[in-house]
Amino acid sequence: MPYDEALERFEPVLGLETHVELGTNSKMFCGCPTTFGAPPNTHVCPTCLAFPGALPVANAVAIESTIRIGLALNCSIAEWCRFARKNYFYPDMPKNYQISQYDEPLCFDGYLDITVEGKTVRIEIERVHLEEDTGKSTHVGGATGRIQGADHSIVDYNRAGIPLVEIVTKPIEGTDRLAPEVARAYATELREVMRSLGVSDVRMDQGSMRCDVNVSLMPRGSTEWGTRTETKNVNSFRSVERSVRGEIERQAAILAEGGRIIQETRHFHEDTGLTTSGRSKEEAQDYRYFPEPDLVPIAPDPAWVAQLKAELPELPSVRRARLQAEWGVSDLDMAAMHNADAFGLVEATVEAGAPAADARKWWMGELARRANENGVALAELPITPAQIARVTELVKSGALNDKLARQVLEGVLAGEGSPDEVVEARGLKIVNDEGELSAIIDQVIADNADAADKIRGGKIAAVGALVGGVMKASRGKADAGRARALILEKLGVTE
Amino acid sequence: MSELIKKTAAELGSLIASGEVSAVEVTQAHLDRIAAVEDRVHAFLHVGAESALAQAAAVDARRAAGDELGPLAGVPIAHKDVFTTTDMPTTAGSKILEGWRPPYDATVTRRLREAGLVILGKTNLDEFAMGSSTENSAYGPTHNPWDLTRIPGGSSGGASASVAAYEAPLSTGTDTGGSIRQPAAVTGIVGMKPTYGGSSRYGLIAFASSLDTPGPFARNVMDAALLHEAFSGHDPMDSTSIDQPVPSVVEAARQADVAGLTVGVVKEFGGDGYQPGVLARFQEAVELLESLGAKVVEVSCPSFTYALPAYYLIAPSECSSNLARFDAMRYGLRVGDDGTRSAEEVMALTRAAGFGPEVKRRIMLGTYALSSGYYDAYYGSAQKVRTLISRDFDAAFQHVDVLISPTTPTTAFPIGERADDPMAMYLADLCTIPSNLAGNAALSVPCGLADEDGLPVGLQIMAPVLGDDRCYRVGAAVERAFESRWGGPLLSKAPAL
Ligand SMILES: [Zn+2]
Repeated sequence: MPYDEALERFEPVLGLETHVELGTNSKMFCGCPTTFGAPPNTHVCPTCLAFPGALPVANAVAIESTIRIGLALNCSIAEWCRFARKNYFYPDMPKNYQISQYDEPLCFDGYLDITVEGKTVRIEIERVHLEEDTGKSTHVGGATGRIQGADHSIVDYNRAGIPLVEIVTKPIEGTDRLAPEVARAYATELREVMRSLGVSDVRMDQGSMRCDVNVSLMPRGSTEWGTRTETKNVNSFRSVERSVRGEIERQAAILAEGGRIIQETRHFHEDTGLTTSGRSKEEAQDYRYFPEPDLVPIAPDPAWVAQLKAELPELPSVRRARLQAEWGVSDLDMAAMHNADAFGLVEATVEAGAPAADARKWWMGELARRANENGVALAELPITPAQIARVTELVKSGALNDKLARQVLEGVLAGEGSPDEVVEARGLKIVNDEGELSAIIDQVIADNADAADKIRGGKIAAVGALVGGVMKASRGKADAGRARALILEKLGVTE
Repeated sequence: MSELIKKTAAELGSLIASGEVSAVEVTQAHLDRIAAVEDRVHAFLHVGAESALAQAAAVDARRAAGDELGPLAGVPIAHKDVFTTTDMPTTAGSKILEGWRPPYDATVTRRLREAGLVILGKTNLDEFAMGSSTENSAYGPTHNPWDLTRIPGGSSGGASASVAAYEAPLSTGTDTGGSIRQPAAVTGIVGMKPTYGGSSRYGLIAFASSLDTPGPFARNVMDAALLHEAFSGHDPMDSTSIDQPVPSVVEAARQADVAGLTVGVVKEFGGDGYQPGVLARFQEAVELLESLGAKVVEVSCPSFTYALPAYYLIAPSECSSNLARFDAMRYGLRVGDDGTRSAEEVMALTRAAGFGPEVKRRIMLGTYALSSGYYDAYYGSAQKVRTLISRDFDAAFQHVDVLISPTTPTTAFPIGERADDPMAMYLADLCTIPSNLAGNAALSVPCGLADEDGLPVGLQIMAPVLGDDRCYRVGAAVERAFESRWGGPLLSKAPAL
């Protein structure tokens, strides 16, 4: 069913469960390193391989990071809580139970404010808890890469035991047609919070941040929530948005025909933007949770928690408000930067010495256009904020004009080196040599005698044609303002 | 038969330290004894003669080099096959781990090595320490040296039998519901369950994590204390290990007096189901304590009545989860992996073939008890009982220094007698389980032979959490008084093998 029609008839309720791999040096319960991309099964030990007799020891840094996340999300911090075992058999889970938290999460009852289309939406946080990641299975020989139909599977336990924080929202109601944007804005803002805390590299493409998106619909006017589905495998912010939209359309079509929604896990497919059915949850998995007897309870000292709270860095929303004021930018322009994922780049460019207006102009203009043309994210362009700052500096000093600056950027993006190297190699300096400029002007006046006469006769507007001629003759390297002044001077005209 | 095998561990340690005998001689004497009796006793699953002699030679070399040796350096020990050892297979008495060579040493193993103890081999046990007779071992039962047709207790039955049969002067055990104290009692030796967290579980193959406690076996209280001190103490690899100094148990064993102490007799332990000979010997022990100057009072611990059912919910629950890792993926047995079956099928076939009936029974019990809808009624209630039992202990220790009871209601029963009756088997741990649930210290010392069968009876001495030294102090006093009455250790009355 088309989205607009779906929204006329139904109201969506959202829920997001986000997993964030913490960037600790060692795993959650053993001393193995956590670095991404090592050869399979090289970051393993008796504990994370669940060898008989091996025991877990909780990573204190991971506990601290989780508390800081909780504090940044305005949560209450448990005075006493425990890890719990979540029991189920799966080949990539060495112990066949996951050490997680159940009814005693480390952080609970918080919120995160996000901005969507200029409106602030408060997303309530149910809980933030700490657990361990599983290993990674690769299914070989099938058509889909999934376990069905595969010849065999191989397991890499390097990821098994990496600390994982799960952040669960309360049901999000009242988003109306903005549900997809709200989901995306929440995920994006959450990543910003994680980055500001420095607790994770939050790379959705590498799986260090993963979103599960719950969607249900209720008919307009109803207050009773519908059956929800949980969509997994959502690997980008754009996919978060698309998956919500797609799921709303799918569920609305089923409900409109009198069908019922099956409570299930669904898999999102990047290529089609659609979800397909995964394992059904109706035959509910019984995880047989019980308190983890191999670990002692966590009882964070309230004074320590207070100290962690006092030492939190400036959070993204606060920083944005401050910078917006400093830069003198409208709400609309802020939203545009945020949506384009340009804010951090602009900020870094300003920090590298560029005026805010220039930094914003380049990222949101020329560079956004090029990113769009190439179908890549702004941050993926092969150019750094420091390089943009250098270009603005060259413009300010008069060495470049905007037209030349664009050529410099083009050269940097083409891999021709730093802005200064491109200027040098392409010979893109403004002609500042008065003698050279004077000679060009004399030639242009001689070639355009008619226009020169008109100017002498008081039609100053005609000077544009001569300036254009100078720019053409200098291949854009002349300073247009200086050329105009010199032309008028030579023709004995004052404005 | 070399006289060396009859010596205490302390004596052997000082003989070796002074150079009167070499560690190699001592080790060889015990290896000879093992060779002579092991076909009848079957205490060991693995004997590492070569590595034992090499370890002994290393101790002799250290002595020759002028190193100062610890009190147990060069003394042989039998190690329960539930602790990981890099130089010997580790099976936990299960087919599912047959032939497994761990890549790491348990903390207890490492500390034995550091103390210079010579590990003779790995001892038999009920599979994954689940049982009270060693009949649940996948490798056949161990026989009680007092009567080879009877059980040596369990789960640490290989450990108790090896010491009672003079195959080793010391052995390690683990106690989850009585698995050290009950085998010690029925073989006429000393066995100690330290305070939970007082000895490290790292490298101990888990049965029930919140209950499992490594502890020592010996033929006398002082030897047990020396071994206790050698391998106990805080271990950063075990989060539940207590970060406090080990109670001074050797000093307490030396003190060996009860004058001025108040001893509480647990009222709930006695009567129906207890063998008359056990109750008679226990009564004698009570009178002995009074004669030694202790004040004896009766103490009621009403929650102890519920300890057994609570234990049989908590221990299986934890074991159902702990044993999930045996899935054919990374180590141990793998059944049915012929290229046509899924990982799930191979897991199921392996577990069906690799686990014995008692292990399966407990996995099923525990899985059920943790299931949603049953959790509160079973696991939840059992945890409440556990709290009540701790409170009973706390209340009792307000008034008494130690509590005493028979260690186990009967003497060693015949092999096979209770094999088909799990409930009868579980009753063997009736008196020992409360201390596992509360985590406090408890010791079993010999207190004579039952009149009706001439088999050993054990006296259990329970002390508060971290009060391990009190167990040794009282145990040593009882031992000294009894031995002067008996004219030597109880074990000297055992028939020759
Ligand atoms: Zn590891």
